Amino acid sequence: MVAARKPYDGVVACVPVTIPYRRYSTNSAHWWVGRALHALTRQAGLRPKDIDGLVLSSFTLGPDRAIGLTQHLGLSPRWLDDVPLGGASGVVALRRAARAVQAGDADIVACVAADTNHVDSFRKTLSTFSRFAQDAVYPYGSGGANASFALITRNYMNKYGAKREDFGKVCVAQRDNALSNPHAIMKKKLTLDEYMSARPIADPIHLFDCVMPCAGAEAFLVCREDTARSLGLSAIRVLSTIERHNAYPEDPVQVRGGWAVDVDDLWAMAAVKPDDIDFVETYDDYPVISMMQFEDLGFCAKGEGPDFVRAHSLTNDGTFPHNTSGGQLSAGQAGAAGGYLGLVEAMRQLAGKPLGAPVPGAKLCVVSGFGMINYDRGLSSGAAVLARAA
Amino acid sequence: MTDPLVRPKRKNPLKRMRLPLAPPAMRSRTAHGLTAAAAEGKFALQVCVDCATVVYPPRDACPSCLSPRLPFKPVDSSGTLIAETIVHTSPEPYFRERMPWRVGTVKLDAGPSVVAHLHGDAAEGARVRLELKLDKSGAPVMIALPAKETPNMAEDPQLREMTCDPKFRRVLITDGRNAIGQVMAKAFSKAGSSIVFVGIADAWKPFPGMDALRKIDRVEIVALDLTDTESVSEQAEQNGGRVDIIVNTAEHVRAGGFVDRHGLTVAREQMDVRYFGLVRLAQAFGPALRMRGADGVNSAAAFVNLLSVHALMNWPTYGSYSAVEAACLSAAQCLRAELRPGGVKVLDVFFGPLETEWFQAVPPPKVAPAALAKAVVEALERGLEDVFVGDIAEDVRQRLAVNPKALEREISN
Repeated sequence: MVAARKPYDGVVACVPVTIPYRRYSTNSAHWWVGRALHALTRQAGLRPKDIDGLVLSSFTLGPDRAIGLTQHLGLSPRWLDDVPLGGASGVVALRRAARAVQAGDADIVACVAADTNHVDSFRKTLSTFSRFAQDAVYPYGSGGANASFALITRNYMNKYGAKREDFGKVCVAQRDNALSNPHAIMKKKLTLDEYMSARPIADPIHLFDCVMPCAGAEAFLVCREDTARSLGLSAIRVLSTIERHNAYPEDPVQVRGGWAVDVDDLWAMAAVKPDDIDFVETYDDYPVISMMQFEDLGFCAKGEGPDFVRAHSLTNDGTFPHNTSGGQLSAGQAGAAGGYLGLVEAMRQLAGKPLGAPVPGAKLCVVSGFGMINYDRGLSSGAAVLARAA
Repeated sequence: MTDPLVRPKRKNPLKRMRLPLAPPAMRSRTAHGLTAAAAEGKFALQVCVDCATVVYPPRDACPSCLSPRLPFKPVDSSGTLIAETIVHTSPEPYFRERMPWRVGTVKLDAGPSVVAHLHGDAAEGARVRLELKLDKSGAPVMIALPAKETPNMAEDPQLREMTCDPKFRRVLITDGRNAIGQVMAKAFSKAGSSIVFVGIADAWKPFPGMDALRKIDRVEIVALDLTDTESVSEQAEQNGGRVDIIVNTAEHVRAGGFVDRHGLTVAREQMDVRYFGLVRLAQAFGPALRMRGADGVNSAAAFVNLLSVHALMNWPTYGSYSAVEAACLSAAQCLRAELRPGGVKVLDVFFGPLETEWFQAVPPPKVAPAALAKAVVEALERGLEDVFVGDIAEDVRQRLAVNPKALEREISN
């Protein structure tokens, strides 16, 4: 007998913060974390000591971890967590912080993801990413995530008939969405022709299937609804969340993620259906993964991702608005902050204060995360249904 | 089908020589189980003792039952190539210089999915077999080969990065006065080496097999005396820049141990020919070998040590000889580390008693010189690091793995 998941009643997320990305930064990850916390406290009207919970995600903080940052930044939290889950960090930080606040272990939790990008830090991160990567992936052409996702993409194309044009449509729509986002790294319109004729990186992955590694930070606060109200902050409600790691190890190549295991819980707990959703933020470190999320989150059946993409515009003003700030493909991937990007954007859209073009009538959304290619597939997945506070 | 290798043109000395670069070499300690298998050309993966799950990448607990008992064992290497990619860009200088580079996902019949280098004839959707190889860093890697032999298969550029194929390479056989050196010359000529330098000390002194040796295609007799530092240096100055493979065939076999022999004459001579000879070769030829590890089709590729298997366990009947061989083995381990930055392999070929005059009183099984030569060429073609030739060598290896003390006692009777 499995116990029912308890709702997140009375807990909200607020104060979405983005520290504008830079392609390369000479500053440390600590600097970016500091800037994000500084912005959080100023925008919320809090003193640093009011923050009594902290959850941190970063690849480039080494040798420090979250605990070292408490002293570095002068915080004295009574609840502390490190979430080293890359693209799943945002959703996972949210759900852990929500439970801490709900249980009374903390009043105000700062959720922060930040990474720097020095000129050679990407190569170093790749070569030491995991033991399996070191033993069994990186020595093979050292293509990094590009090569790993190329194999996943190729297999998905072989199996479900997806075409490069389908992935191109996802990328082009996201670029359209990014054009109104002042923080997006990519500023120029992308056409399908440009997408199709871009140089190959690791077939079938071409240039515009890849994110741009950069430096940056994303953050938000989790607190009780009454706390947010007393601070005058617009609040976002958490209707449901799921998290799953290392799902379907028997699949020879990844064709689905852990969402598929828990998706019924996600919808049941939120008491809404996929049809009710106004927009979706997926983790898009390659467009094939966004397509898998459409399927695994229940917007279409397995293998119908390509048709689903063909049937929608995916733009903020069209049908099935998706990655409404441009996603990582157009806004940039600031390391672990890439796992927060969609969540922070969703909070802004739901509060009616987007950085760029608004999604008309945005009241309900799904944010999903995906991360950690440890060997040949992403291990972590998570999703949350969020709603505008009544 | 693989394009046949083209015999490299004469080198233009004004052009930049391609310097050796290393593919990523870091491995976990457990992953060196793959190194051990690759060094001997075996295909082995971890197999759980408790639930028989075949495990890859290497782990420290079974992902099926959490058992810590995961020894490396021979496993069926056949599978299907289910997805491939051509990598066009990489942050690693070694691969950047060799782009594009094909890799793929192979679903092994034995269970796991393996990311592997791809031979040019391994096609997506087709059956393949995996081999474990040592790459230019000496680190273990998987390569997927077509299930059946294809034309010019060994000449695939990605595969050739992992082998020391003598074809179109120039080899130096250090001593052609003995039977081993002579069969070795014949074998390398047959394997397609473009020049077979054969070292002869005191060329004015005739020796058995001299005429036949001179008649072998592409053999070039050169002056080389391994007991004379000057002679070795001179030879390196003349040909060191165009020797790609060195096979040290110098031998000094004498029966006897220490207690029943007076004086140091034999021991000194053995050390001079075998151990100091190896040191002289390493000092004279090593720098150029290491520098030329990525110098095109005929890059420097290997240093071959022929070692008595009794380097691993002293055979008191040939006690002094065994001890000198052990010294050479230790030196070879050092040489291996020193040449690795150049991507040059050190191949140790362990043999049992040979079918030659100095093992006259030893009963069979013995190793025919031609069998030893064949094993050397094959080991280079496959890119191996350790080979055991003959029944005695295999016997010693196996008994050593089970109980070295038992072997030590039994070998002296």
